[in-house]
Amino acid sequence: MDHGAGKPVDPRVLEAMTPYFTEYYGNPASFHGEGFDALKAVNQARQQVASLIGAEAGEIVFTSSATEANNLGIGGATRRYTKKGNRIVLSAIEHISSLNVGKELYREGFEIKYAPVDAEGVVELGELESLVNDKTVLVSVMAANGEIGTIQPFEEAAEIAHRSDALFHTDATAAAGQIGLETKSVDFMTLSSNDLYGPKGVGALYVKKGLRVKPQILGGGQERGIRSGSENVPGIVGMGAAAGLASAEMDAEGKRLTILRDKLIKGVTESIKESYLNGHPTLRLPNNANIRFSYIEGEALILSLDQLGIKVSSGSACTAKTLEPSHVLRAMGLKHEEAHGSLVYTLGKVNNEEHIEYVIQQMPEVVGRLRAMSPLTPEELR
Amino acid sequence: MMYSEKVLDHFRNPRNVGEIEDADGVGSVGNPVCGDVMSIYIKVKDDKIEDIKFKTFGCGAAIATTSMTTELAKGKTLDEAMTITRQDVADELGGLPPVKMHCSNLAADALHEAIENYRGKKK
Repeated sequence: MDHGAGKPVDPRVLEAMTPYFTEYYGNPASFHGEGFDALKAVNQARQQVASLIGAEAGEIVFTSSATEANNLGIGGATRRYTKKGNRIVLSAIEHISSLNVGKELYREGFEIKYAPVDAEGVVELGELESLVNDKTVLVSVMAANGEIGTIQPFEEAAEIAHRSDALFHTDATAAAGQIGLETKSVDFMTLSSNDLYGPKGVGALYVKKGLRVKPQILGGGQERGIRSGSENVPGIVGMGAAAGLASAEMDAEGKRLTILRDKLIKGVTESIKESYLNGHPTLRLPNNANIRFSYIEGEALILSLDQLGIKVSSGSACTAKTLEPSHVLRAMGLKHEEAHGSLVYTLGKVNNEEHIEYVIQQMPEVVGRLRAMSPLTPEELR
Repeated sequence: MMYSEKVLDHFRNPRNVGEIEDADGVGSVGNPVCGDVMSIYIKVKDDKIEDIKFKTFGCGAAIATTSMTTELAKGKTLDEAMTITRQDVADELGGLPPVKMHCSNLAADALHEAIENYRGKKK
């Protein structure tokens, strides 16, 4: 139940990709049959990805990852439209790739403002509005947060940006394939292949028709000159196939996962005292449950659950390279010690009701064992 | 993040977990904000650590290092126990990931504090 960290490639996606490693290995730039085959495949994938988000094929730029797309969408757009001003506004809970682009832009002389979120992790639009001024080049608010699952009012955030003639980017890495998305209101949108059950190493940036970004990778002018380098044809075909499947199956899968998610949240929080849901109860991705347990630490929970065959992740500092607890939980106002005890369950296609029941059944003992060991646990919970 | 088998063993089957009601010495280190709190309780007889127990809030490494510290200290004289270092604990566990050496490997300090607490009471 750690699909936020990585998803298996759907077998149908793998099947679609396989011929492009050995049989159709042409370069889309070549003027011969093999090149045309590859070009046709890339164009079909572009259409499949565009259809998932209600865009046109010509508006999709393939990248190596969602991280690269965030770099290109936030950094590349800001550097392209510097004439407008020198401010950019990001939500406080953006992915680390977006936040680090913000820090780099700050070093380049831009002014960076962070829009806060409320206790349930929803971006505060009033605060956002007060931060966007007529010198603002770009605003970025994610479509949904992958760690706490909270769906963001990104279309309203886009309106706020546009009222000040600022550009608007949204990182839809966690949201795409989980909930329906429309690009009508946004200028740039980041997508990840792996989050759609496609291969790793591929992502895409939606760039609204008529807009440009400053390229980060220079070369032969592939991807309309925005992202040079010979196309990763099998990877792109895989992302296209994954997007096609998501378009067809997302609604039914979303309904199925929502039922499982709510059963998991209810089962765990009702059977374990002092356990709480992080994030919003209903404005929530169908696949995400984030629960915190007082008096114990997340990494110890992960290790205990791993032994039982349950894979999860945590916002605890102890699982982070930086040794800092999750910036998302901190932005919601959780104390360090509360953030340390948080677990993230991200459900996927393989999960079923039996899995949920198994987790609900195992959690009290795992939490109880660690609480019995913890000097912070109050007498009545031991 | 890779832990040694020995770390995982001490995490899964920690030795000497609990509290000693009438402990002769208690030592506590760490801070819930940082994500690690270790408490060590000792019972002393004839200048030796006759019994030792611990409680830990923290990650797998925090629990395993406290467990190993209690195992190393049990039966030792107080002077011997005072020489147990964080490095000894890490070595006995077959090593710790570098990031865990400083944040989660504090149990030797808790042990020393428990011994000093006992000696302070005796004076």
